Amino acid sequence: MNFDPRFSGRQFASVGTRPIRPDGVDKVTGRARYGADFNMAGQLVGRILRSPHAHAVIKSIDTSKAEKLAGVKAVITAKDLPDLTDGDAAMYDILDNCMARKKALYDGHAVAAVAAIDARIARQALKLIEVEYEVLPHVTDVDEAAHHHAPLINDQVFTEGLEEKPAKPSNVTKRTQFGHGDVHAGFAKADFIVERSFKTEQTHQGYIEPHACVASVNPDGTADLWVCTQGHFVYRQHCAQLLGMEASKLRVTSSEIGGGFGGKTHVWAEPVALALSRKAGRPVKLVMTRDEVFRASGPTSATSIDVKIGASKDGTITAAEATLRYSCGPYAGSWAEIGAMTAFACYKLENVKTVGYEVLVNRPKTAAYRAPSAPMAAFAVESAVDELAHELGMDAVDFRIKNAAQEGTRASYGPVYGPIGIGPTLEAVKHHPHMKAPLKANQGRGMACGFWFNFGGQTCTDLNIGMDGSVSLAVGTVDVGGSRASLSLVAAEELGIDYSHVKAIVADTSSLGYNDMTDGSRGTFSSSMATISAARNAIKILRERAAQTWDIPVEDVHWEKGHAIAKGEKYGNLSPLSLKEIAAASGKTGGPIAGHSELVADGAGVSFATHICDVEVDPETGSTRVIRYTVVQDAGKAVHPTYVEGQYQGGAAQGIGWALNEEYIYGKDGRLQNAGFLDYRIPVCSDLPMIDTQILEIPNPNHPYGVRGVGETSIVPPLAAIANAVSNAVGVRMTHIPMSPPRILAALDAEREG
Amino acid sequence: MVEVTLWGSLSAVAGGKARHEIEAKDIRELFRKLAEQYPGIEPWIDRGIAVAIDGTIYRDTWSKELPEGAEIFLLPRLAGG
Repeated sequence: MNFDPRFSGRQFASVGTRPIRPDGVDKVTGRARYGADFNMAGQLVGRILRSPHAHAVIKSIDTSKAEKLAGVKAVITAKDLPDLTDGDAAMYDILDNCMARKKALYDGHAVAAVAAIDARIARQALKLIEVEYEVLPHVTDVDEAAHHHAPLINDQVFTEGLEEKPAKPSNVTKRTQFGHGDVHAGFAKADFIVERSFKTEQTHQGYIEPHACVASVNPDGTADLWVCTQGHFVYRQHCAQLLGMEASKLRVTSSEIGGGFGGKTHVWAEPVALALSRKAGRPVKLVMTRDEVFRASGPTSATSIDVKIGASKDGTITAAEATLRYSCGPYAGSWAEIGAMTAFACYKLENVKTVGYEVLVNRPKTAAYRAPSAPMAAFAVESAVDELAHELGMDAVDFRIKNAAQEGTRASYGPVYGPIGIGPTLEAVKHHPHMKAPLKANQGRGMACGFWFNFGGQTCTDLNIGMDGSVSLAVGTVDVGGSRASLSLVAAEELGIDYSHVKAIVADTSSLGYNDMTDGSRGTFSSSMATISAARNAIKILRERAAQTWDIPVEDVHWEKGHAIAKGEKYGNLSPLSLKEIAAASGKTGGPIAGHSELVADGAGVSFATHICDVEVDPETGSTRVIRYTVVQDAGKAVHPTYVEGQYQGGAAQGIGWALNEEYIYGKDGRLQNAGFLDYRIPVCSDLPMIDTQILEIPNPNHPYGVRGVGETSIVPPLAAIANAVSNAVGVRMTHIPMSPPRILAALDAEREG
Repeated sequence: MVEVTLWGSLSAVAGGKARHEIEAKDIRELFRKLAEQYPGIEPWIDRGIAVAIDGTIYRDTWSKELPEGAEIFLLPRLAGG
């Protein structure tokens, strides 16, 4: 990579301003095209048959009656999606999740699919498919599943990470451990110790747009896929591998996205749509219903976490320990591992130990959800930290400041930190007016910290300069939060032109080199780095063209504020050439002018946030209302501050829903009881206060502008901040998320009964 | 020569040792030499290992040089949302 990513400390002209986003008008006028808005001539309607059982052997599937129904063009089962994963266990799990092979592993697991000329016939056909199941015992609770008497979900799973290979299979797929020092010695030094157990229930990302795609497989074996995704290049890789295609034969175009938050980072139904289209010989449109989205896509882990923290009288934490059990759905994952890494990342600890256990359950395959696994760990740790501060008689913010990690601190997950922002966010909170505002009866205030890693990845960008001097920017990271605006600002900044002259698009997989998906808060971090690189490559050509025009050495041509300038007294009478002038002459100076970049954007800086929350709890009903909320977070550099604020507010809003209401509820039969937005209640505008934000800018030394990712960290502190606020309001420590009215009333009753 | 620290689970397949001294100029050479010495590490490298160099995490830049005296820490490669 011939590109220097180091922070340069430059002054900005465009970056840091707040222009209108280029996709805004289309979105508010309904013209923007989402996944279900694509249509093709002759397309069929795809529908999926799903298991009603939480755990069952599929003894046989008879599709003959469905195939004979007039209007049905294709019926598929796992036989039509043979295993081509060649020992890739993670891909095999994705394949099995798309279409069950031997067993249905959760309520909603796909077992067959049809393509018909309309939705009515497709639904009729599903009813004609006869599946013979042998129902097996199931388990949906994370603690019950970890017990050695629990029904086994996969008898080939033996717990990894133990000192000796276990003799018996288990639902616990992996044990991981992090930390340093000696926690026993640390607890021996403690004057105060808090030890508690916490639970969080499973939640869905709650994206408004369901999974949707149109697949069209051509007779020559090439194919197109239009799809709502966070990563169309990744979807291409997955689909090509699962269907036995060459990746270059499958062109994937990403639609606008109505939310993903991690839930659209791997395929769910897209290989099914392609397999149906291949069999029917016609395009197939497949759109999940909301019921299917809940039952068969994307929930985060349910968790059970034990925390123990000790401190000396002067407020120094002497030891911290946590055991974290995270549900993975029926397939192995690394969700507890991430929780174990992030749990104590905010603190400077001499003695720390975290142990994570990954647990299989008969629920949908767990997917990433915005800083995956970190919010639950932060809930448990930050609740215990708050309680310990109370026991010490210290202010909760001061206690955290005293123990906050700083540059040079060994992180609880291993390495030593570079420049980080946890201290500045805490200082900002300490002096924020919100902390001094008076509270009324039944109201409580809480605060909490959060950490997330952020990361970068493979990124490819094209920048083309038109003959009129306007600039087209083609990127490969899906725009989930305004990145087209941010990246246009970056291109304008580098080239020295106005933002209005740059138009950014998300290119399809046949038009640009491979890009990792938009996850890990990487969209603006990575693609801005690639855009800077592409713009600098274009500037090199612009300078060469100016030099050619002036007939002087290119070394004497500099680029400043959108112009080529001949440097040196001997060129005193040469007027600067603008980008527009150089572009207009490009046909006579060597042809089109463009800049290209392909790089691995690594070195994403870790991110910290501290949140403040006020709530009011009705002691008669247990209903909680958030009355004030403030987010303070380090952005490194806010390229477009409005969209950074939007990310902060969005994370807090999702966290509020998770903390107070959202929960997967399973019946004793292992079936999901609340697969819809009426019974699974996400917050709406009337549930939320205006969420205040404060952006801190501690530059990331590994990005030319100092940018850090901002999309995920904002969901890490809310569960804890709200739990601390509710606990302070009702005088009872809340240990189970969500803190729904029945759960708060039960906690109050338990306290009264002693 | 750089000193490399492995996280708990990875050290279990590297002779039970968390700290290793290895002659490697960049991440690629580090992985190759670790795999030569401890073949059990190879599947972990295939699944993904991130390398923290003085606190900065690198997931894919295998050409990244390992400066003499730098703190090198191996971590699981993470998923994001």
